[in-house]
Formats: sequence, structure tokens, C-alpha cells
Amino acid sequence: MKRALPHVAMLCWGAVTALPLLWAVLSSFKTDQQILNDPWSVPTTPHFENWSRAWNQADIGRYFLNSLIVVGGALLLTMLLGSLVAYALARYEFRGNRLVYYTFVAAMFFPVFLALVPLFFVVQQLGLLGTYQGLILVYAAYAVPFTVFFLHSFFRTLPAEVAEAAFMDGCSHAGVFFRVMLPMARPGLVAVGIFNFLGLWNQYLLPLVLNPDPDRYVLAQGLASLSVSQGYRSDWSGLFAGLTIAMLPVLIAYVAFQRHIRAGMTAGAVK
Amino acid sequence: MKHGRLRFLFGALVPALVLHVVFVLSPYAQAFYLSLTDWTGVAGEAHFVGAGNYARLGGDSLFLDAVRNNAVMLVVVPLATIGLGLFLASMLHLGGRDGRRGIAGSRVYQIVYFFPQLLSLVVIAVLWQFIYNPNTGLLNGVLRGVGLSSLARSWLAEPSLALPAVMAVLVWSSVGFYMVLFSAAIDSIPKELFEAALLDGASGWATFRRVTLPLVRDTVQVAFVYLGIAALDGFAVVQVMTVGPGGPDGATEVIGLSLYRNAFTFGKFGYASAMGVALFFATLTLAVLALRAGRKERVELA
Repeated sequence: MKRALPHVAMLCWGAVTALPLLWAVLSSFKTDQQILNDPWSVPTTPHFENWSRAWNQADIGRYFLNSLIVVGGALLLTMLLGSLVAYALARYEFRGNRLVYYTFVAAMFFPVFLALVPLFFVVQQLGLLGTYQGLILVYAAYAVPFTVFFLHSFFRTLPAEVAEAAFMDGCSHAGVFFRVMLPMARPGLVAVGIFNFLGLWNQYLLPLVLNPDPDRYVLAQGLASLSVSQGYRSDWSGLFAGLTIAMLPVLIAYVAFQRHIRAGMTAGAVK
Repeated sequence: MKHGRLRFLFGALVPALVLHVVFVLSPYAQAFYLSLTDWTGVAGEAHFVGAGNYARLGGDSLFLDAVRNNAVMLVVVPLATIGLGLFLASMLHLGGRDGRRGIAGSRVYQIVYFFPQLLSLVVIAVLWQFIYNPNTGLLNGVLRGVGLSSLARSWLAEPSLALPAVMAVLVWSSVGFYMVLFSAAIDSIPKELFEAALLDGASGWATFRRVTLPLVRDTVQVAFVYLGIAALDGFAVVQVMTVGPGGPDGATEVIGLSLYRNAFTFGKFGYASAMGVALFFATLTLAVLALRAGRKERVELA
């Protein structure tokens, strides 16, 4: 009896977590009739046309591409700027070093909601409202502080000897950073990169405010607008397919790299 | 060399600083100023109204609903998530043969439990909108399937059930993450302490209270801050999932939603900024209180 309790508890929460996800995936293969009349049944013949309808007609494909462009661009920019700042602050002594560090780190403690209204007008005045560039810049601006915070302590732990030897060999400051220090910091870059990717991929509030053009909707935005728009209210199977398309790539990538990802994300919380 | 150093530092810091000042620092600073004006978005037409917006907040019944709901979420969501997370993390360890190695299948559990953490809150909200659907949803389907059809409800339409339904989604989406976090913290406790407790004949509950809990305290405290901040938000789930959104009748209104609506639907930018400032001080208070509470007694591992 006592032996059984842990197993029962673990299985129960496993079911609570997995069943809703499984149900959504199964429903994406059914017809509307089957979903409405028989929410529990396993689809007899898989209806792949739901997926193509969601991808093409409901524009999930376009939203997916928009997300890839914006998140890809923002992630590159965040990692480049974040690692440069973290390295410069961790490895160089100069007046104002602490001030710059705290200027970045303090921003992590402010709720984004506070900045929302002025941010909208800043982006509007720069003519960047509803553009890829605008979203990329804003995404990166809000992801850099944590990246700096995380990588700053990481660069501090790296041994100084290798960099000194490189300087002796006549390597420039930028050369030391890009060719010596950055490769040495790879584990930290991977961890914070994964953390940033998931955070940016799942971003909703910023695009909702700064990206009003339906052609440029990111995935989360497009899915939310589909679920409330009257036209698709009746297309249950299409919506389930859209939901599954949004869900599966992240889950599959996670199962493939799960060690790294869990380590990266929990490191983000403990730091 | 000296020259190269300066040029490198300049190139490394300035682009990021410009981005930071333009898109992060200046909006935060402007928000405090805007909250003291009646600005409606027309350039140059912002009149200073002092604390007027803040006084109006006190008489805005929907905003007060939002504050009340966020306060309830602030208590319930962290407590339920941490309670469940700690329970599952200790079950994961208790189930193993020597009390430490972990239960059979623990790797699979850690993978599956983590799934919701990877999904956007929008995806989760759309999914649960389906699950809560009174006719075709999974929840009522399960209840009817096990002969409890009298418990089937329209979860998001009844004022007394809507907020608990929202909180359940928030808890569901974060338990797995905190289970993994707590599990890692338990892993780092020296094995000898558990063996000693076992030798002393301590029960599972006593071991948990006297050994595990004091030693994962720091992690629990961090979890409280993170979950508290998430509970003060709740925007995405409420905005996508609930009727209205924020309904029925303000039952699931949250501060972020009030702010968003006042700013981008009604154009009351000054008033919305005052809400943002209020939310900022709530967040700040929470963080300070939580970090203070943790400083009292800390167990040192020799």
C-alpha cells in the first residue's frame, strides 16, 4: 500500500498533463461531427485535410513563418548584444561598469505592462509599428537584460589564461571575444539561448500591441484571433489542427533535446 | 592596444545601450509621468492632473474587481502549485528503492510533466477553452463518462466557477516545471541525511518536514516570487479564454486586462499608465516581502 502511493500519484498527474494534449492531437484528425457527437472516440480514419485547411485557409502557415522570422532575428540579435555586453562588463574594468550592469539588470524587475503604453508610441513614432524590424528590436530589447545577467556570471568563471595567451599572440579584443571566449562559453550560450527562444516564441503581449497587421501576426496572435473570430467558430477540427501545429514542433524538439532544455530553463529560474 | 580596448568596449556596449534606453528605460520612465496626465494619445494634448488618475482607480469597480481577482490568484496559484510540485517531487524520490534514486519511469515523468511549460499561454488558453466547453469539452466528457454528469457545468460562464477555472489552468501549466525544479533541489541534499532519518525510524512525513523542506527552502522562496509575479499577470489566459474577456461580469478581470482595454480600446493612456504604476508597486512589494521572509532562518549545510 505504502509502496503504491508514489506510483499512483505520479501516474495521476501524468494523466492530467498528457490527456488534454493527447485529446487535442486526436481531435485534429476528426471531423466536426465526430468532435461534437463523440468527443472521446479515436478517429477511425485520420482526416489530414484539417491540417492543410488550417495551414492554408486559416493562415496558420503564414503565422508560423512570421514567428520564425521574428523570433529568429530577435534571438540572433539578443545573443550577439547580450553576450557582448556581458563579456565587456565581466572582463573589463572601467568607470561606470557597475552602473551599466545595474541599468540592465534592474529592468528585469519591472512588469512589461508598465512600459506598454509609452512603448506603443515609441514604436509608432519610429514608424516601426506592425513591421518585422520593430518586433525584432523590441523583442531583443526585452530579452537582453536577462541574457546579460545570466552570461555575466558565466564569463566571470572562465579562466583568464587562455585570453591572455591570445592577446600575447597579437589577437585583437574583438578577436579574443569571438574566437576564444565565445566558444568557451558555449554551454552558457546554449542554456540561455534555449531559454530566450521559448520566451520569444511564446510572446503574446508585445505582438498584440505592436503588431496590428493581420498579415504579420505571429503564431500565438494568429491562434488567439482564430479562436475568437466568428468565421472559424464552427470549424472545430480546423482549430484543433491549428492548435496541434502550434504545439507539436516545440514538444518534438523538446523530447529530442530534453536534457539541455530542462537544464536551461531551470537554470533560468534559479539564477 | 589601449586604443583597441576602448574601441572594442564602445562597440560592445553602445548598440545594446541604445536599444535598452529607447525601448525599455524611456518607456518605463514615461509611464510614471503619463500616469499623472489625462493624455488620450493626441500629441501635445497631455494635461497634468496630479493624482487624479489614482483617485479614479479607487472608484472604478471593474478595476477593483481586477485587484480582488489578482489578490486571490496571488494567494491560491503559488500555494497550490508549490504544494503539488513539492508533493510530486517527493513522490518521485520516495518511490525509488533507496529513497533517493527516483521512482521507476522517473525520466518519462520528468519529460511529460514539463510539456505545458513549453507551450505558449495562448496555446494553453485555447486548449482549455475547448476542455471547459460545456457540450463537447473534455472535462464534462470525463465527468459524464464516470457517471458524475450532475457535476458537469459550463465552467467559464458561471461567475463563481470562472476564476477557479482560470486558476486551475495557471496551476496546471506550471506544476511540472516546479516539480522538476524541486526535484533537482532534493537531489542536491546529501544522501546521508536521508539515511540517518531512516535509521532513526522517521516516517515519510517526518522526513519531509524535518529534512527535505528546510533544505529546499531557498528554492521554494524563489518559486514564490516567480509564481506571484505570474499570478499578478494572468493576462494571456484571461484574454483568450474567458467570456468578455474578463467575464462573466468581471469575475475574471485582471489588472493587465483593465490596463490593455483602457489604453488600446478606450484610448485613456494616462489612466492606463496609472494602472501600470499600481501593478509595478504591487510587484515590487511582493518581491521585497518574499525575499525578507526568507532571510529569517537559513539552514547551513556543513
